[in-house]
Amino acid sequence: MWDYVKLIVLAVVAVLAAIAASHARDLAYLVHMIIFMSAAAIAFLWQIRHMEEAVHNQNEYMDGVVRYGVVATAFWGVVGFLVGVVIAFQLAFPSLNLEVLQGFGNFGRLRPLHTSAVIFAFGGNALLASAFYVVQRTTAARLFGGGLAWFVFWGYQVFILMAATGYLLGSTQGQEYAEPEWLTDLWLTIVWVAFLIIYLGTLIKRKEPHIYVANWFYLSFIVTIAMLHVVNNLQIPVSFFGSDSVPVWSGVQSAMVQWWYGHNAVGFFLTAGFLGMMYYFIPKQAERPVYSYKLSIIHFWALIFLYIWAGPHHLHYTALPDWAQTLGMTFSIMLWMPSWGGMINGLMTLSGAWDKLRTDPVIRMMVVAVGFYGMATFEGPMMSIRAVNSLSHYTDWTIGHVHSGALGWNGMITFGMLYYLTPRLWKRERLYSLSLVSWHFWLATIGIVLYAASMWVTGIMEGLMWRQVDAQGFLVNSFADTVGAKFPMYVVRGLGGTMFLVGALIMCYNLWMTVRKVGEAKPAAAAAAVAAE
Amino acid sequence: METYSLLRAFADSWYLLFMTLFFVGIIAWAWRPGSREVQSEAARSIFRNDDTPARDGASGPAQHLSEGAR
Amino acid sequence: MSILDHHKKIETHATLLLVLSFLVVTIGGLVQIVPLFYLENTIEEVEGMRPYSPLELAGREIYVREGCYVCHSQMVRPMRDEVERYGHYSLAAESMYDHPFQWGSKRTGPDLARIGGRYSDAWHVAHLINPRDVVPESVMPPYAYLMDRPITGEYIQDLMSTYAMVGVPYTDEMIAAAPEDFTVQVDPFGDTGGLLERYHSAQVRNFDGQEELTEMDALIAYMQMIGTLVDFSTFQADESR
Repeated sequence: MWDYVKLIVLAVVAVLAAIAASHARDLAYLVHMIIFMSAAAIAFLWQIRHMEEAVHNQNEYMDGVVRYGVVATAFWGVVGFLVGVVIAFQLAFPSLNLEVLQGFGNFGRLRPLHTSAVIFAFGGNALLASAFYVVQRTTAARLFGGGLAWFVFWGYQVFILMAATGYLLGSTQGQEYAEPEWLTDLWLTIVWVAFLIIYLGTLIKRKEPHIYVANWFYLSFIVTIAMLHVVNNLQIPVSFFGSDSVPVWSGVQSAMVQWWYGHNAVGFFLTAGFLGMMYYFIPKQAERPVYSYKLSIIHFWALIFLYIWAGPHHLHYTALPDWAQTLGMTFSIMLWMPSWGGMINGLMTLSGAWDKLRTDPVIRMMVVAVGFYGMATFEGPMMSIRAVNSLSHYTDWTIGHVHSGALGWNGMITFGMLYYLTPRLWKRERLYSLSLVSWHFWLATIGIVLYAASMWVTGIMEGLMWRQVDAQGFLVNSFADTVGAKFPMYVVRGLGGTMFLVGALIMCYNLWMTVRKVGEAKPAAAAAAVAAE
Repeated sequence: METYSLLRAFADSWYLLFMTLFFVGIIAWAWRPGSREVQSEAARSIFRNDDTPARDGASGPAQHLSEGAR
Repeated sequence: MSILDHHKKIETHATLLLVLSFLVVTIGGLVQIVPLFYLENTIEEVEGMRPYSPLELAGREIYVREGCYVCHSQMVRPMRDEVERYGHYSLAAESMYDHPFQWGSKRTGPDLARIGGRYSDAWHVAHLINPRDVVPESVMPPYAYLMDRPITGEYIQDLMSTYAMVGVPYTDEMIAAAPEDFTVQVDPFGDTGGLLERYHSAQVRNFDGQEELTEMDALIAYMQMIGTLVDFSTFQADESR
């Protein structure tokens, strides 16, 4: 019965999308409707061939969707890093804004593609996959909602495709990290609510008495992102047949709402969610419980309370009223404490097992991730001090800071998670090659160091050059002088990014070979676990 | 201006007090007597049920304690 | 019975966690954002601000579409070097009709908050066709294709009424006259009386030097008016802000 309802809904969606496509006012909208139509049609065909088949055995974990999530994470990671390398070299060598790319491949359109691909496609899929894996293991229950998890996974990929094609075709509302327009935003909201329902449902039907702390972080990440996304994307479509929309907020209010969103996208998407990962995968890989569970409780509440205030530090010395700037700065500095509390908790989990750092490159990756987390969360509060910010704002320093967090913390912990999950999900006895993991580790680490160091140099240099005045009080440097001076460091940055990309490619090869070539795990525990699907 | 002053006064006084108490409460809750056992139990919960969900009735931390500590 | 009790407790806990964490994360936003709408001095009272003319608005759409904001800020901070380099520091009032704001966060290129009137149209055309022809050190991408893209203002009225819906003071008269205003702004010999009455100090000329009305016209029309509206002789800084 339920299957027939699905068929009808999918058919209606496909037809409506076809009609809308024929009325499209712009190319982006047309493409989006074609994506909708194809997705609905494919789902329809799949459903017809699998009627009445869906059995959800409550005695098995739902791991199929996690496997897909692992593949998607690796794939989008490589795509995101590749676009990043391309735009890094576009900045060093502007002739790479090729003639044939004009109108869709310029830096201005590729940069949102890069940021969204790494944050929302790579990071988002990593969070989705790990959240589905962790919540099942820590609650000892199968995912709630039957096939809804598949809807969330594929729905999220549709969102990524819509956002990515939209950027290339010029559909953007012009707010950083929230570029998609109304249609894409609405679609993400639907997918996200389904995600929340699955997560909360699984927690409620859990068979463990406690809700393990990782789930707290995941849950607050899901809820807060929902709130931020909805408020920051309040907008009115110009037409139901066009992608263009007008945001409700303007000027100062728009700026405040945007950076309240923007900073907490960092705080809850890239920090809280990934801390959930840390609190599960580091203890698991180290085979010892988290250092202090008390500290993790305090870490959680302090972090989510303080983070939400920190947004205005993106608007120091702007037309935002001073009281809001001061508030943002104060909370940003306080944020240092819980961040380091969490870092210590992650690192000290290894106490008594430090030798593993030498023998296990996967745990080395995770530990370095936590190290970069600590570094970035010290640098962040420092840069939020108004006096420091007056120099660092608008410069490459910010870019360096963001990347030591994103590449170092989010990237490395995700790689660690992928190395942990792949043998377990495909029931392999081990990874294909630990020495390839080591290669990945060193390429990525050196890449990040090159990236961050070159951006410190250019950032501080240009900040100082901009404000340099001579004895008579005249500016010494034209803006173009500062651009020219940054060239060598831009090349170094591009090389650092390339190393990071090569490391990720090695990881993909290693994971692929793990699934293809490594023998099945000895069925010690697997006897009970009939292979899922 | 009126609404703002009102909100500001509230945030500076009662709300500040509430947040402080909330925080002290969380810290006290984390350190409450008897919490150590509960917490170490929760911290170890990730080491069981790796391959299959807990069966109805067969669950409960007690049975798992020994294998959880591996 | 005991199972029921147990279940109920579990449910309240997961939900409680959800509710508590949601409460904690809403507070910061409420305290920081809500007062901005109430405080009278959030946005200074200055003379000269008006909504964008139809052509300028279309130009702003292109500015947003091409992602100019990822490399150019529109926010001069009140520091000596910035005021020296760019001009008077930016006021909140100057972006009051910007949905969304375009303050930016990065200066890979210079700030554009006071770019209006600083360079000639011909300079802008040459610069947008190939930035390195006029600034050898520039790393900006070329935008020559804007010259080949005719723009008609087909949907400009829909766009303006949507802006009116979110609070930009476009009157019915302005929206009705939008198609004519759109084309007349590039025609120095046209009847520009209505346009200038509706949008004071709107600049009327053929911006890109081509016969056809293109996206280049719209973008330059927008850039030439950025930061030129406010009459700073009437502005007094508010110390309490």
